[in-house]
Amino acid sequence: MAIVRLALRSVWNRRVTAGLTVLAVALSAAMLLGVEKVRRDARSAFANTISGTDLIVGARGGPVQLLLYSVFRIGDPTNDISWESYQHIAGLPRVSWTVPVSLGDSHRGYRVMGTTRDYFELYRYARRQKLQFAAGAPFEGVFDTVLGAEVAARLGYALGDPIVVAHGAGTVSMLTHEDKPFRVAGILEPTGTPVDRTVHLSLEGIEGMHVDWRAGVPIPTLRVSPEEAEKMDLKPKAVTAILVGLDSRIAVLKVQRYINQFRGEPLQAIIPGVTLQQLWDMMSIAENALRGISIMVVVTGMLGMLTVILSSLEARRREMAVLRSVGARPLHVWGLFMSEAGALALFGVGLGITLFYAALVVARPFAAREFGLYLPVAPLDLWDLAILGLVVLAGFIAGCVPAFRAYRLSLADGLSMRI
Amino acid sequence: MADETAGVESSGATDAVESAIGEASQLAVRLESARFAWPGGDGDLIAINRLEVSRGERLFLSGPSGIGKSTFLSLLGGVVTPQEGAIEVLGTELSRLSARERDRFRADHIGIVFQMFNLVPYLSMIDNVTLPCLFSARRRRRAEAHSGRIDAEARRLLGDLELDRPALLARAVTDLSIGQQQRVAVARALIGSPEIVIADEPTSALDEGTREGFLALLFAECEAEATTLIFVSHDVRLGARFDRRLALSELNRHAGGH
Repeated sequence: MAIVRLALRSVWNRRVTAGLTVLAVALSAAMLLGVEKVRRDARSAFANTISGTDLIVGARGGPVQLLLYSVFRIGDPTNDISWESYQHIAGLPRVSWTVPVSLGDSHRGYRVMGTTRDYFELYRYARRQKLQFAAGAPFEGVFDTVLGAEVAARLGYALGDPIVVAHGAGTVSMLTHEDKPFRVAGILEPTGTPVDRTVHLSLEGIEGMHVDWRAGVPIPTLRVSPEEAEKMDLKPKAVTAILVGLDSRIAVLKVQRYINQFRGEPLQAIIPGVTLQQLWDMMSIAENALRGISIMVVVTGMLGMLTVILSSLEARRREMAVLRSVGARPLHVWGLFMSEAGALALFGVGLGITLFYAALVVARPFAAREFGLYLPVAPLDLWDLAILGLVVLAGFIAGCVPAFRAYRLSLADGLSMRI
Repeated sequence: MADETAGVESSGATDAVESAIGEASQLAVRLESARFAWPGGDGDLIAINRLEVSRGERLFLSGPSGIGKSTFLSLLGGVVTPQEGAIEVLGTELSRLSARERDRFRADHIGIVFQMFNLVPYLSMIDNVTLPCLFSARRRRRAEAHSGRIDAEARRLLGDLELDRPALLARAVTDLSIGQQQRVAVARALIGSPEIVIADEPTSALDEGTREGFLALLFAECEAEATTLIFVSHDVRLGARFDRRLALSELNRHAGGH
């Protein structure tokens, strides 16, 4: 213990270089923690986004792309599904329910999704959890809307507030549907999924606000008021995707094949779990690269520490002779350097944890907004602790090099002062 | 740090060693046909037929550098052992002890003052003085027996060496003058009353005036505890004040043989 205290004094005496070393170790530990955190939270968030849906049907294209736009509201749909095809699929044997989804508009950076009231009953996330209403109820009228928790919270909407939907999915849009405002009818509880960031409209509402539009722009000579629009035939002409529930899981492959070979129009059906896995496999390259980089950063930090201690060794040979003269054994000298490396690694990891949480708090809203990635501030789990343990262990291993050298020097030098 | 440390070593080996140092031995140091060569070195560096130093004696060893002075001190300190012959310190044959026991033995019984750079730069003056008590339970006990606490004993010694001014105590040891640093080293060598103090050219970095004062203080402290003083210097003028003077070059048959 006395040696450890000596080592701490010694480190404190060189606190500027030691501080920089600690910072390097801290940054590497924080980076390692952060990468692991993002990796695991992203994985579980992805896996939790949708459950209970057997198939997702969309226009033919990449399966991952379909999953991204229909479930994660990332990217844009390529093509629509005609209403007739939708009804055909809804009427297939073994299909017990369908929920149509229509995308393409936005509200202040949040995606707008047209759907039916069934969505709120049938959509499941995480472990087959149902959507819950924090306030209000599913939409009744054509121009009613249900907001995800984050949309309501961030934009400060309450029940009854009017909102204006913009045309297109961008954050800034020139064209808005300001002539047909929607009324907030319901606000959902937070789910930790993209549902929180979605503005839900009825399919009729989507249709209604576009009645006086053609090819993506308003028809200048045509003005239809909301009241008039409500009285028109608002049967949707197309939807973007369909969530499908089957009465038996065994039927999944059969129905999927049928839809993929559907003659009416080019469609595809994906099994959400399978495509999530594909998506994940695609990302695992980046994931492993990130992990590799963060391990290299840890190694770099350790090498930095090694350099600092080794370069101090020569200057400390006198100190070692003094310690030997008062009775320190070469093993004590070894312990002195090991403790120093251990202390630097431990302080580094400690500071690293602090940096990690600080960065987490700062980056959370950004990650949620930009990437739909929910990073809850949670205590470190066993895996994190194992990682940190490895960093400290690496510190001790790195410390062995100068410690062993110091041990050898103190054996060779004995009490002689090399000046 | 100084006031709460238990010794780094647990005892066990100590008691055996301590009991071996009976009061019976009147000799502080005895060398008999001791020969030592560094591994890989060209031949013996030390070859001493016979040397006896009595307890409480003040011995002056003179000799230019390069004749094995450091090696001789390493032998006395038990850092190395002779390949042949015997070296006894306080009646204990050092070759018979393990390296670990010799380190202990040194911690318990020998105080060492170097030519310069005696102090551990990151410790305070007091902590530098009490450093041996970290490695030797025996010296810790003896220091406590003297003044109650080891840092009180350190203050007392520093006081005797005219270093206990608060302004000095507050200063970083690296800011002390060389003379002051050497006196701190003497206090460290003396704390816990080791039987032997070895001083290796302790005055060579001091100027004329300081040197006299330093020697006077060193003698006074050694006198008080009847400490054996082995003082090595190339400056023969200093030898006049010692009980006995020896030239290492005469003592060491192989000196200059390189």
